Amino acid sequence: MSILVDKNTRVVVQGMTGSVGQFHTEQMLAYGTNIVAGCTPGRGGQSLMDVPVFDTMRDVVKQTGANASCVFVPPPFAADAILEAVDAEVPLVVCITEGIPVMDMIKVRRVLDSQDKTRLIGPNCPGVITPDQCKIGIMPGHVHKAGRIGVVSKSGTLTYEAVGQLTVLGIGQSTAVGIGGDPINGTDFIDVLKLFNEDPNTDGAILIGEIGGNAEEQAAAWIKQNFKKPVAGFIAGRTAPPGKRMGHAGAIISGGKGTADAKIEALEDAGVKVAPTPSDMGATLQSLL
Amino acid sequence: MLYAFGRGAQPGPEVCHDTQEASAVNIHEYQAKELYWRYGIPVPKGIACMSVEEATAAAKKLIEETGNEVVVVKAQIHAGGRGKAGGVKVVKGVNAATEAATEILGKTLVTHQTGPEGKVVQRLLVEQGLAIKSELYLALVVDRESSRIAIMASTEGGMDIEEVAASTPEKIHTITIDPAVGLQGYQIRQLAFGLGLTNQEQKNFSKLLSGLGKLFEQEDCSIAEINPLILTEDEQVIALDAKVNFDSNAEFRHRDFWKSVRDLSEEAATETEAKEAGLSFIQLDGNIGCLVNGAGLAMSTMDTIKYYGGEPANFLDVGGGASEEAVTKGFRIILQSEAVQGIFVNIFGGIMRCDTIANGVVAATKELGLEVPLVVRLEGTKVEEGRKILDESGLAITSAATMAEGAQKIVALAKG
Repeated sequence: MSILVDKNTRVVVQGMTGSVGQFHTEQMLAYGTNIVAGCTPGRGGQSLMDVPVFDTMRDVVKQTGANASCVFVPPPFAADAILEAVDAEVPLVVCITEGIPVMDMIKVRRVLDSQDKTRLIGPNCPGVITPDQCKIGIMPGHVHKAGRIGVVSKSGTLTYEAVGQLTVLGIGQSTAVGIGGDPINGTDFIDVLKLFNEDPNTDGAILIGEIGGNAEEQAAAWIKQNFKKPVAGFIAGRTAPPGKRMGHAGAIISGGKGTADAKIEALEDAGVKVAPTPSDMGATLQSLL
Repeated sequence: MLYAFGRGAQPGPEVCHDTQEASAVNIHEYQAKELYWRYGIPVPKGIACMSVEEATAAAKKLIEETGNEVVVVKAQIHAGGRGKAGGVKVVKGVNAATEAATEILGKTLVTHQTGPEGKVVQRLLVEQGLAIKSELYLALVVDRESSRIAIMASTEGGMDIEEVAASTPEKIHTITIDPAVGLQGYQIRQLAFGLGLTNQEQKNFSKLLSGLGKLFEQEDCSIAEINPLILTEDEQVIALDAKVNFDSNAEFRHRDFWKSVRDLSEEAATETEAKEAGLSFIQLDGNIGCLVNGAGLAMSTMDTIKYYGGEPANFLDVGGGASEEAVTKGFRIILQSEAVQGIFVNIFGGIMRCDTIANGVVAATKELGLEVPLVVRLEGTKVEEGRKILDESGLAITSAATMAEGAQKIVALAKG
């Protein structure tokens, strides 16, 4: 059926009362996401769009039973918001915020690694969606279609691109997960692929990576050993000049490592079919079914 | 500005590698050394100079203070490879220092990090010469794999460290800092023994590394590198070179300091202008301008243009919360390049609303009197509204349903 989120997911929005948080809460509600609470310190007791607002995450969990959080808190306070959600033992935290300092994420990651109650997706990501059931994040809901293909991606807009192509081809998605392109994040490709591998209702996957780091190479090695379903792939940044950071903090080729060609080679070696252009991601996956 | 420490002759060879991040915050060597000094890290005595006269006075002062005739005149540009390009001179006496300063100041240095156009030297660092016993390498970086700060140390100082990593990886000693407890004494000892330091050198190294660790964390660095880190005959450990990049995401914690050390002449003017408008822009060599939302989509739009035989003129990510004004600004920045013969707007709205983009496109086209072909591909949130705005504008805008179609159309149109 899906991974991570479904129609039973009870969502709290941290930073719901800010302008971005408010806009996307409205969009998520319109999509049918079960948003049970907002959390903004100092705004407890109020409500917005008929959603009650609380001061602390412990209050949220105690009073609403929220089991997933969506973080729109601005960068200077985002790490604190994530850690508060971890403290409240929220099982899934999806952080949309872009621009969190690496030093803050090093600390967040250390806390995440020392516990087993909470999984973080992101930061700097579009979120997670199980079509027709639950959308946590900022993706355009209408391009999705319920089905049996998993999508996992570092890039937000390329995720929409892949999903849009699948939908046009009549291929639905089980769950689409944006893991974000920051150098230090909560969940990596392999974590998500493991879930897709175990999900009886996911028949195959699209993996979208980009230049920089070696997460794609590691994912390729894991796929080769463990993944039992067909995978189509795409790597962005084939023509990016070395040494230049392309928007995402992670997207930089340094010292000849992290190139698109090296990643494509690793994926192909693992049996992943890599799309020649981003417009072919859907068709490439279709050819494997 | 003046630093304490050292005596002697001969600087190590200038070495660099490709860890330069274009949009990370970069500072000059003399500024990095001043920062090091504040954290108790020994650096050579030195004085930053903006003119030949200042350099002459600096050399005189250093020679008087140290009793050593040898001084080093170093070009201050935001790029490595200065030594090879003739930007670093070791000289003896005040007159020779004046000559070296005259030669280097105003010179265009071309290194593998500056691009073919090179960089004009506008600042110098005049330093005391030091007697070097041996050269080491030391760097702190953010390590993705461990999600921690990693410290790398090697006896192969003054070399290209990536070459060392490739050919003799056993010569690079690495530890990572657990953020819960910080850098521990045993870790510093591990590195010190790996480098074969004497007891006194170990003590000095330990102090230096503790300071560098603190600096890295408190100043929000993305890299802090010393190459070479030198050992002197009297067992001192000194940062002969200093490189620091900051994590631009942490600007809100360091606004005043970063502003004070920023050298705008070192940054591409258009890239700075874009940054101020909240856009991420990088100039490239081609003739097709791109305006895209999202870094991944922007990169793959460039890839797709290239796939269909075109050459992208830029990388431009208008980001999530871009306004109508930001889009107009984006157009203006793209059009600053005379090479641009067509523009491809590729938007898949998530956080970005297509109606906002469409309004921006229309406004920019009218305001700038756009003369080059424009292909627009819109998809996502409020796409119908966006397309309607474009259609009703009465402007010559070619629309495309997919990225591939858009790329093919703009490549054909740009060829004329």
